Amino acid sequence: MDYELLEKLQAKAKEIRRHIVRMIGEAGSGHPGGSLSAADIVAVLYFHTMRIDPQKPDWPERDRFVLSKGHAAPVLYAALAERGFFSVEKLSTLRKLGSSLQGHPDMRKVPGVDMSTGSLGQGLSAANGMALAGKLDGRDYRVYALMGDGEIQEGMIWEAAMAAAHYKLDNLTAFLDHNRFQIDGPIREVLSPEPVADKWRAFGWHVQIIDGHDIRQILSALEEAREVKGQPAVIIAETVKGKGVSFMENQAGWHGVAPKPEELERALADLA
Amino acid sequence: MSKKIATREAYGEALIQLGKENPNVVVLDADLSKSTKTYDFGKHYPRRFFNMGIAEQNMLGTAAGLAAAGKIAFCSSFAVFASGRAFEQIRNSVAYPKLNVKIGATHAGITVGEDGASHQSVEDIAIMRAIPNMTVFVPADAVETAAAVRAAAAVDGPVYIRLGRSGVPVIHGADFEFQPGRAAVLRKGKDLTIIAAGIMVARALEAAEKLAGEGIEAAVLDVHTIKPLDVEAIVRAARETGAIVTAEEHSIIGGLGSAVAEVLVENYPVPVKRVGLMDTFGESGKPDELLEKYGLTAEHLVSAARDVVARKK
Repeated sequence: MDYELLEKLQAKAKEIRRHIVRMIGEAGSGHPGGSLSAADIVAVLYFHTMRIDPQKPDWPERDRFVLSKGHAAPVLYAALAERGFFSVEKLSTLRKLGSSLQGHPDMRKVPGVDMSTGSLGQGLSAANGMALAGKLDGRDYRVYALMGDGEIQEGMIWEAAMAAAHYKLDNLTAFLDHNRFQIDGPIREVLSPEPVADKWRAFGWHVQIIDGHDIRQILSALEEAREVKGQPAVIIAETVKGKGVSFMENQAGWHGVAPKPEELERALADLA
Repeated sequence: MSKKIATREAYGEALIQLGKENPNVVVLDADLSKSTKTYDFGKHYPRRFFNMGIAEQNMLGTAAGLAAAGKIAFCSSFAVFASGRAFEQIRNSVAYPKLNVKIGATHAGITVGEDGASHQSVEDIAIMRAIPNMTVFVPADAVETAAAVRAAAAVDGPVYIRLGRSGVPVIHGADFEFQPGRAAVLRKGKDLTIIAAGIMVARALEAAEKLAGEGIEAAVLDVHTIKPLDVEAIVRAARETGAIVTAEEHSIIGGLGSAVAEVLVENYPVPVKRVGLMDTFGESGKPDELLEKYGLTAEHLVSAARDVVARKK
């Protein structure tokens, strides 16, 4: 293992988390819990795995990322800003009138956003379409999608899961951010999607289960997914909602609530 | 006006032609390709045809992804499912990001016939025209359909093309010039204007002929583009003829009739009568029987015309 890379990615994930709580705090609304749980995955994708060029956000050969759980927009904005798609200062305009940083990602407003999302359940289908187009055009780009575990209650996800396997989309890797909470509470109490891994397997996907906060496991899972031929791959990332901020961890209440100024200070202290 | 061709047939043929000219055109269907007539596109261009199974939401979402990667994606299903089942996918994944997804919605209206109300879309125009960025075409015949498909491919953004199951008379000559967003004047008249779309255009022409026999001169306007609506042509029709009848195989709520009424009430109020389904579902039956029962014949247009002319000052 390349310790320099590991340290760099861990540092990026932490910086992304700091941006997340800061920008949501400043906006006065937003979704910290599910943004923080996905930070390590997004850091690895944007600072190691994906073939992208901030100078050419529409580069046809680029890898694509679809944030199907669009309410986690802050994690994507933070990564894009850190990666140089736009200025870090812009993050403070999140959710404000006239800002390109809408409450949920708008591909027409933000360079580097590959798909507009926000209505749950729709992102995986769009990722499928991009993967199909890649095969049709003989391009070797890869498509990454990030879903929430509450999100897979949407039936359309399973339509997309079926189609991705049918069309053998081995240029597609999906992450399931398995943080076990949705807005109304623990998923198992609201409506259990378990056993999650068995469901994806039954739909014809290559399934891996990892610790979604272990950079090394994320890296090796992505490597394995890349080697899979003839079927799409899903990486079920066991994560902690609100990860990194002590008082937000595993709290459904922090799904869609912004930290108040004193809470923001405590959060940033946790992420120091 | 002798030969009858279903607009869905013309759609299927137009797609094949378009696919030949433009390698970026891809077609998706949801297990109805033999009915929507995209099947032959699949035969001609198997790599560019995707059958998505009975899953309209995923079909529209996949089309959005294909379009985001540079394709012009034509999606087909029956109008009920295309506009209804996948409404929110169209709204959020297609129209909001203004992606090049074209929806070929066949079997629209009550002339689907025997399948009954569950398969008869009478509200799809209302739904689709309410979505920002959406263009809505309702072709009247095979010639207009072929032109609409070509025009749809050229539009930058989503397009809804409303098509029918049953054969309709060919009313346009080969020299017909389809201008998206510009209504076509098919007949001039001074007493009223019948503003029609889709299969009702042929009936409007028939009604105008009958009215002429009574000494009432009806103009006929073919509004093949419901959105963006040709406001200028509609206001001109009101100014020049002083009375309007609208005709559509759709609910009188939210469709062509509503769109025309909205324009007139703000610009040039004149007596208006909307002919369409009177806020009701359809039922099983033969297309012609249904058109008769639900008030969508030339005779109904004639009596609506007499009514608005009588209301003129």
